[in-house]
Amino acid sequence: MDASVNKGTKPVRSVGKALPHDSAHLHVTGTASYTDDLPEPRGLLHLAVGMSRKPHAKVVGIDLTRVLDSPGVVDVCLASDIPGQNNYGAIVADDPVFADGLVQYVGQPVFVVAATSVDDARKAVRKVTIEYEELEAILDPLTAVEKRSFVLPSETLVRGDPETALENSPHRVQRRVWLGGQDQFYLEGHIAMAIPQEDGALLVYSSTQHPDEVQSMVAHATARPAKDIVVICRRMGGAFGGKESQAALIAVIAAIAAGKTGQPCKLRLDRDDDMIMTGKRHDFVIDYDAGFDDTGRILGINFEFASRCGMSADLSGPVNDRTMFHCDNAYYLENVRIVSHRCKTNTVSNTAFRGFGGPQGMFAIEYIIEDIAEALGKDPFDIRRRNFYGKNERNVTQYQQTVDDNIIDEIFDKLAADSDYEKRRAEIRKFNAGNKILRRGISMTPVKFGISFTNTLLNQAGALVHVYKDGTVQLNHGGTEMGQGLYIKVAQVVADEFQIGVDRIRIMAADTSKVPNASATAASSGSDMNGKAAQIAAAKIRARMTEYAARHFAVSEAEVEFVAGWVRAGENSLEFAELVRLAWADRVSLSATGFYKTPKINYDRKTFSGRPFFYFAYGAAVTEVIVDRLTGEHRLLRVDILHDCGDSLNPAVDLGQVEGGYVQGVGWLTTEELWWNDAGELGTHSPSTYKIPTCSDLAPDFRVELMQRAANREDTIYRSKAVGEPPLMLSLSAFHAIRDAIVADGGPSPDLHAPATPEAVLRAISGSTDE
Amino acid sequence: MPGSSIRFVLDGEVIEVDDVDPTRTVLQFLREDLRRKGTKEGCAEGDCGACTVVVAEVNRDGDDLSLRAINSCIQFLPTIDGKELITVESLAPAGSKLHPVQRAMVEKHGSQCGFCTPGFVMSLFALYKTNASPSRQEVDDALAGNLCRCTGYRPIIAAAQAMYEPCGDEQRSDWLKQPFGAPQKPRDRIAKLRSLARTEALDVEHAGRHFFAPLDVDSFAATYSRNPDATILAGGTDVGLWVTKQHRELETVIYTGRVAELGELSVSSTHIEVGAAVTLSDAMPVIVDHYPGLDELFRRFASPPIRNAGTLGGNIANGSPIGDTMPALMVIGAALLLRLGDTTRELPLEDFYHDYQVNDLAPGEFLVRVRIPVADPQAIVGSQKWSKRFDQDISAVCTAYRLVLDGETVSSFRMACGGLAAVIKRAAHCEAALDGQPWNEKSIEQACRALQEDFTPISDMRASADIRLRAVQNLLRRFFHETKGNVDSTVYTYGRQR
Repeated sequence: MDASVNKGTKPVRSVGKALPHDSAHLHVTGTASYTDDLPEPRGLLHLAVGMSRKPHAKVVGIDLTRVLDSPGVVDVCLASDIPGQNNYGAIVADDPVFADGLVQYVGQPVFVVAATSVDDARKAVRKVTIEYEELEAILDPLTAVEKRSFVLPSETLVRGDPETALENSPHRVQRRVWLGGQDQFYLEGHIAMAIPQEDGALLVYSSTQHPDEVQSMVAHATARPAKDIVVICRRMGGAFGGKESQAALIAVIAAIAAGKTGQPCKLRLDRDDDMIMTGKRHDFVIDYDAGFDDTGRILGINFEFASRCGMSADLSGPVNDRTMFHCDNAYYLENVRIVSHRCKTNTVSNTAFRGFGGPQGMFAIEYIIEDIAEALGKDPFDIRRRNFYGKNERNVTQYQQTVDDNIIDEIFDKLAADSDYEKRRAEIRKFNAGNKILRRGISMTPVKFGISFTNTLLNQAGALVHVYKDGTVQLNHGGTEMGQGLYIKVAQVVADEFQIGVDRIRIMAADTSKVPNASATAASSGSDMNGKAAQIAAAKIRARMTEYAARHFAVSEAEVEFVAGWVRAGENSLEFAELVRLAWADRVSLSATGFYKTPKINYDRKTFSGRPFFYFAYGAAVTEVIVDRLTGEHRLLRVDILHDCGDSLNPAVDLGQVEGGYVQGVGWLTTEELWWNDAGELGTHSPSTYKIPTCSDLAPDFRVELMQRAANREDTIYRSKAVGEPPLMLSLSAFHAIRDAIVADGGPSPDLHAPATPEAVLRAISGSTDE
Repeated sequence: MPGSSIRFVLDGEVIEVDDVDPTRTVLQFLREDLRRKGTKEGCAEGDCGACTVVVAEVNRDGDDLSLRAINSCIQFLPTIDGKELITVESLAPAGSKLHPVQRAMVEKHGSQCGFCTPGFVMSLFALYKTNASPSRQEVDDALAGNLCRCTGYRPIIAAAQAMYEPCGDEQRSDWLKQPFGAPQKPRDRIAKLRSLARTEALDVEHAGRHFFAPLDVDSFAATYSRNPDATILAGGTDVGLWVTKQHRELETVIYTGRVAELGELSVSSTHIEVGAAVTLSDAMPVIVDHYPGLDELFRRFASPPIRNAGTLGGNIANGSPIGDTMPALMVIGAALLLRLGDTTRELPLEDFYHDYQVNDLAPGEFLVRVRIPVADPQAIVGSQKWSKRFDQDISAVCTAYRLVLDGETVSSFRMACGGLAAVIKRAAHCEAALDGQPWNEKSIEQACRALQEDFTPISDMRASADIRLRAVQNLLRRFFHETKGNVDSTVYTYGRQR
């Protein structure tokens, strides 16, 4: 062996490199396998779900004769065919898999049909006759509040003395604002395939962010112990929270059918069924009353949030909690009352969506800031600066966590300078003075977002790393890949731990038989937690190899070093693979688990106080728009973003999250409108009517930067920060830029509700609410 | 004996399919029958682009291939008979290097979850082969039919700009990898497609259901007379959804796409004649050439894959109250040439629609071509589309105007609207209110009031009734201001003018 590692050779680093997504070459060639692309087992049955047509009704009769007679149909399953629990709700057991005598929303599963082809199943399912006895339906949050219809008790968090503060405030603003929901619109719809195994076991391929919960729910519903269920997910075609809790519904249905027929069963929801049957981001009605002084400093606020949770609790508890945690955004609220109603409506059960209630809370406080600026005739920029959390004082949140990593001033200052905010704002004012029809607007908004599951126990992760005799590695962890780049980031971490290239690592599917009891890949925590867990696992193997190498070469362990594909042991050096082979021959274990739990966090839900978040991620955006006062149409003209990812594990992946999050947020606040009719039917259940941003919606001038030299103060994986959710809320600047453009002529404060569709903008301009 | 099996080219091989359900989609065939899983289903209605594939045909001159991206999810398999189908797998067969489009997508981080990616790759591939250096707007237009939920599009646009960077030897030898403008012609591919040309109509039969693709208009007329209950299929961008969404079983389908006369597009000194099977992609540039005021409308109309399959005739005959071409065609006085058996007649478009999905066609009668008068230099023609999203959205309101001024006086004004009634129709009261009046704000305000008598719109997911009415009034006001030079751009063109 002539090659060897030089004394001067430095360790290689994959971490911090802008490596492409691990599956990029598969994505572009169409060879990345999603659940529907997996080879289909012989005898596979295809499923279609029969759904409720009524928002609230007793089911008096179900006639399945024509369904069963339909070509290709093999079997049907109803509630009575569920061997175990008829529930997939993980927090509150109020989510029936199949409606049992009572339907509570249009689209609720009532039965499933199994047929020999997708077409046959979908044709057959339409042939059912269901007799209903209709009950009164509650279709909006305000009616629910009025009728005290809640999925969970209302919560109140009070800090300071908001009543007195408000009474003594020299200025007040009050408003009621409607904030629309949002469909996740992952391109790959919900899907699961359940395959019976020997001795009663079940293998389930599921497009899920939470294989462990799918495992539990399948186990409960099919009356099996968890040990008999294996759930696998290599990748999802997008999820955004939509596949956190509700993927279980699809998997459970497939498992029930597989259990009953004894055949493999696949359920792939058609786009319309997916949008009708599964939950979305909560829409809110927000009331606020805010008091402030002449300088724009907030003195007291009363918030009242009413969110549409739909027919069950699902994740609505923690979602609405996060609204309460984030209605401060980056501002110190000394006196505040936050009331949160979790409204039970006869609509689909709303669920997680990137931001998880945070965006709605931040929307509220940013609207208040804008109102204050208008009332005082000041630039909202100054009101924001006036109210930011302090570094050493005014730095405790309404839930008693000290904000000790605050960098929002630095971000704001840098971005204001980089984006020429002040100059452009003045120029826009001039432009607007000379234009009656086209008006421009600009807004700069901050983001502060708390990182961790607010339910402390969920902040744990596991990994399993195998090193094979040829020096290659299989990497397993509990995280799931939905496009966010988690898998490449964790692979980069493990590659550095072994000092090998990521090409030596095979990234394995999330698999409950490899890593048990994993939390959902959610709350932006995927790389923080799985990165650490995988690093710990790899470090264990490396330590064993180090111990062996020291012994083998008779050097101290301190003299053993892993460097760029090599291992140095004193004066000796050998390739990593060679050391692996020797260690194996010496009967050293080359497989290890890693376990990580996020430190420092604690939180008492009863008092809404503690440290729910390990740290905060920060960012800010400036958006400039043009609005047509006659048509209400608008376009983004320029966007400047500065976002904090700590020391990025992979700047290309993080940049993608920031850009994608912003654009997705703009969709939420502008074009994406969920529309239900009076019968409780969703009218916008496909991309022909539900409009997510397209390519041309991207601002022609789009400048995004990650904060440099911004190491996380906390000991996260390589001092990086979570990036999944926070950037979504950068889009608040787009909404307020639109509002800025229509407020510009000094008229009454426009009542702009979200999403700011052309219709909403026209209403705001003309000052009329629904006519 | 008419042909009964479908033949097309895939990766250089002729695929012959017998006894297939005539409404099986290209996507179903790829995924379920060939187990070719690269092409994805995102919506099964042609609105997300995950299923995008490219279809190649010998061009009119017979010396090159024309390539077009289409939505395979709503395209029935028999419609690609005689064509070459190019899917994401075709671009980089196992063991070969990535196609320049694919390479650029990897290098620019253009994929995250990857599910939309094969569709984007194919739309970019079509752009790569048809445009040597697209502008940002041309990229936007080319990708208008592809939704990505992850990236926010910036890296995909970057890939569209980077895909033209030269990438070595294989680019010279492989026609698929050559960008637009490369001198080499795909002679072997052309020859192969020529060998599939039919002399007899295709008649696919499966379980008693038929798909007829007549080759000339006489046999089309005869076939339709014999089967007056048949479904006429043109681009399939709506009929496809009857099958994929409503799960309807179409007993007999008669396809316009192979009928020579229906594919003709010609311009005389008086008319633009658009055959019923001419795609929107072919028809629109010719119309915009004569009516530049329709440029934005046509850019925003659906998406390239839809316009590449969908036809102007189909948009008209389908007769949706939210069809976007009809208001413009009505105000410029388009007429329809209709045929029943051996009899033809001409009918002004504005007389074609009677009520919601009720038109003037007799059983067995069909649209042969659309006759569009060439532009009158005296007339100002404009159209506006009002919807939630710029690209590929269905109009909540669509307007069109034709204005002739005599000095400052209105000598002729026509206005037609979609989205405001059960059919597309002229705004008779509004037109009357302006007739002979001075073209000023006062008259416009009167005309706006008259619009309330013309239309009683409904509320639906696209817009509420009251706002629809306000929108159409404001759109008219905007048209007025545009003619007065008070505003020279829309929010869509602002800051993007060349």
